[in-house]
Amino acid sequence: MRHLLSAGDLSLAEATSILDVAEEMHTIQSRQIKKLPTLRGRTVINMFFEDSTRTRTSFEMAGKWMSADTINISTKGSSTSKGESLRDTMLTLDAMGTDCFVIRHGSSGAVAQAASWVRAHVVNAGDGTHEHPTQALLDAFAMRRHFGTVDESGTGGDEVFAGKRIAIVGDLLHSRVVRSNVLLQRTLGSSVTLVAPPTLLPTGVEQWGVGVTSDLDEVIEGADVVMMLRVQRERMHGGFFPTEREYTELYGLPPQRLARLKPGAAICHPGPMNRGLEISSEAADAANSLILEQVTAGVSVRMSVLYHLLGGSPE
Amino acid sequence: MTNPSARIVWEGHQIARAVARMAHQIVEANGGSENVVLLGIPTRGVLLARRLADAIRGIEGHDIAVGELDITMYRDDLRRQPTRAVGRTAIPRSIDDATVVLVDDVLFTGRTIAAALDALKEVGRPRIVQLAVLIDRGHRQLPIQADHVGRLLQAPAEARVNVRMAEIDELDAVTISMPEA
Amino acid sequence: MRDLLISGARLADGSSGDLGVSGGRFVEPGDVRDAERIQAEGLLALPGLVDPHTHLREPGREDAETVATGTLAAARGGFTAVSAMANLDPVTDTAEAAEHLAALAARTGSTEVIVVGSVTKGLAGEQLSEMGLMHRSAAGVRMFSDDGRCVMDSLVMRRALTYAKTFGGVIAQHSQDSRLAGPGACCHESEISGRLGLPGWPAQAESAIIARDVQLAQLSGGRLHVCHVSTAEGVDVIRWAKRRGIAVSAEVTPHHLYLGTREVEGYDTTFKVNPPLRTDEHIEAVREALADGTIDMVGTDHAPHARQDKDHPFDIALPGMLGLEQVLGVVIEVMVDTGRLDWAGVVDRMSAAPARLTGSATQGRPIAVGEPANLVLVDPSARAVVDRDASASKSRNNPYHGRDLPDPVVATIWAGRITYRR
Repeated sequence: MRHLLSAGDLSLAEATSILDVAEEMHTIQSRQIKKLPTLRGRTVINMFFEDSTRTRTSFEMAGKWMSADTINISTKGSSTSKGESLRDTMLTLDAMGTDCFVIRHGSSGAVAQAASWVRAHVVNAGDGTHEHPTQALLDAFAMRRHFGTVDESGTGGDEVFAGKRIAIVGDLLHSRVVRSNVLLQRTLGSSVTLVAPPTLLPTGVEQWGVGVTSDLDEVIEGADVVMMLRVQRERMHGGFFPTEREYTELYGLPPQRLARLKPGAAICHPGPMNRGLEISSEAADAANSLILEQVTAGVSVRMSVLYHLLGGSPE
Repeated sequence: MTNPSARIVWEGHQIARAVARMAHQIVEANGGSENVVLLGIPTRGVLLARRLADAIRGIEGHDIAVGELDITMYRDDLRRQPTRAVGRTAIPRSIDDATVVLVDDVLFTGRTIAAALDALKEVGRPRIVQLAVLIDRGHRQLPIQADHVGRLLQAPAEARVNVRMAEIDELDAVTISMPEA
Repeated sequence: MRDLLISGARLADGSSGDLGVSGGRFVEPGDVRDAERIQAEGLLALPGLVDPHTHLREPGREDAETVATGTLAAARGGFTAVSAMANLDPVTDTAEAAEHLAALAARTGSTEVIVVGSVTKGLAGEQLSEMGLMHRSAAGVRMFSDDGRCVMDSLVMRRALTYAKTFGGVIAQHSQDSRLAGPGACCHESEISGRLGLPGWPAQAESAIIARDVQLAQLSGGRLHVCHVSTAEGVDVIRWAKRRGIAVSAEVTPHHLYLGTREVEGYDTTFKVNPPLRTDEHIEAVREALADGTIDMVGTDHAPHARQDKDHPFDIALPGMLGLEQVLGVVIEVMVDTGRLDWAGVVDRMSAAPARLTGSATQGRPIAVGEPANLVLVDPSARAVVDRDASASKSRNNPYHGRDLPDPVVATIWAGRITYRR
């Protein structure tokens, strides 16, 4: 694998392999010495053109636990065409002998563009409102564990997703998480329904091959997983919905709606959460909430991704 | 996987005898099997470790701890090949102060065992580490030797020596083949 | 300047014969002296092309294009006149700026340069620029446009249309309601933009402004020109307005005739342009409208950009693409070879109509004795794979790079002078 740019680039075999190796990496986290020599001498640059404490930390830990030299670069980047061009920034750092770039950028497609200019491997750590493939992988990892079908050998098959119903709820328009999840879950074989107010549905979503509805109550009882997406308050000046109160009532997970979930159904949230808006504290802290497992899974999955990109001979 | 030009140099019944002998040796060398943990190195080392565990149970009359130790992440030659599949690590009990017997099918350059020792270090601190291999084919590149050996096999360095095990390879056998010119 | 004798060329009306050129005008073939002979057997002779919409970048961004390089690219594309849009630095919003540009063009141009003034001062959309003085200046400005930006304020637009009436001025609008899309809108709103996570412009952001503007044209009695129509909805509104007798004309770009929004799937910023590349039904609609005359003319919206302005994320990179050198090839490919437009139609859409729009007395004239010798010799069957590095433009944002297209222009003659010869 040269790059991980889109969840849609992963075959079933590749996705399963990443999840399986992540399972092995997961055991490392319970050890006293959380260190593998695997990527000794390799340099991973985490380039964050947009703030994200949790994703950056998670990638940094993943790299460090595998003994890679990790360097973090946080830069606001330029939001106009006036500053140094993205191409020049990438070519400069690539010329220093970087083995892998982990890139977060506020612009959709910027990571794919960067990948086209450099020799190093590139991992998309979130680009604009486009994709966030490692988030989808860690979601799948947490779900797969939750479904309880990861067998003793750690090579839990992919068939655990077949027939599972996953509802993804919230601001789909601005969510990179949803695009990656739709692509990955389609590969894994689950059945996804997207739920959002009509103003927060991406154009053409009906062509994504998933269910689409604006009525959360219609799907809540059948779901095996409900994934609540963050309402990005800073984007909400556009008047996408009338009030937060109305949003919470119609698209949130307050206790009365929580009670309608079927037994064993899991609650996910990619974080950071707006408690009281898209998710109630009762839901976030419920026994069947996978929210902390998702965070733990993040490091394991990212270790696995780094291994898949950097663990073999250069192409 | 199966090379048609491979020559069988050791057959199933011979392997079975060797495994029985190695089991006896392990028990004898360690004054029993109470504190012994067998850790197989994937893939065939794990199968061999299970066979040894069965044989030791036959001798001792009780179960012996057997697990798996994957060493992929500790290899120093990862960059020489496409990304390798990662095996699983399953440690059956704490190995602190235990006698760990690493089990592999073929001992060759010694690099796998060196990586295994690195991997083992991060799992715990055994009192003694021993090595059991079905075939020792020489050509070591590191100062490593086995404590329990099924058979010494003279073969040119460029030859391929493969252990086949019925669990995954249809039958038990040891084969030698020469690479195509 | 030597006299010219062009032998054997065929005209758009099917007639053929020799053409003489002397003193910047067509003369009888027998009236040339010591003429340079141009063998044109098998070639078509068309009146020089006129572009109603060109970005020359000088003054201001001479690293991206100059009047010299832009007009040379135009000559290579068969043009004898281009219209220099006002979004320069400084903006062409005063008589002085207009005269400076005209003088620069007279000195360095390979085509006539028709100066377009801005509608509002600094393109800010608020205060009218000195349209009257620009008109009365040596530049003789007759067309005004804030192109690159839409005149959003309805009242400002109404006043501009009304004011320009007194001297026969035309207001050329970049029709795009910026409120109908987010500030980051950078492609056509469609299933593709939704999938790519790129904020898009809906087609209605264009047609809503056209609908408003044709009514303002009706209200004011002013003359409206719609730049780069790119949508089926926009075409519908223009068709409706023309039926009502409203004074409106429209242009379409080669890229909206030829390229679709699928091009943006790789986030290649070469394909970022405003208005954005659209879907097939829109492409079909603008082709049909150009054929039936609802869209009056082709305008290139040739928009050179330096590489550093394109090497950014898609939503940040500057919009715009080249067009002057490939436009005739594109029109042959999608309009002539498909039977939608004959050569007389090409002459109308690419020479006569834009010349009328810009009020040029010397351009868009027939090829006839006594007329200004503006001419392009065309080989309709020649094809080539476009190489962006072979361009006369300073910029390389050529969306046709690597495509096999008609490569028709053999020679261009502007006012009796050969400005390009293959």
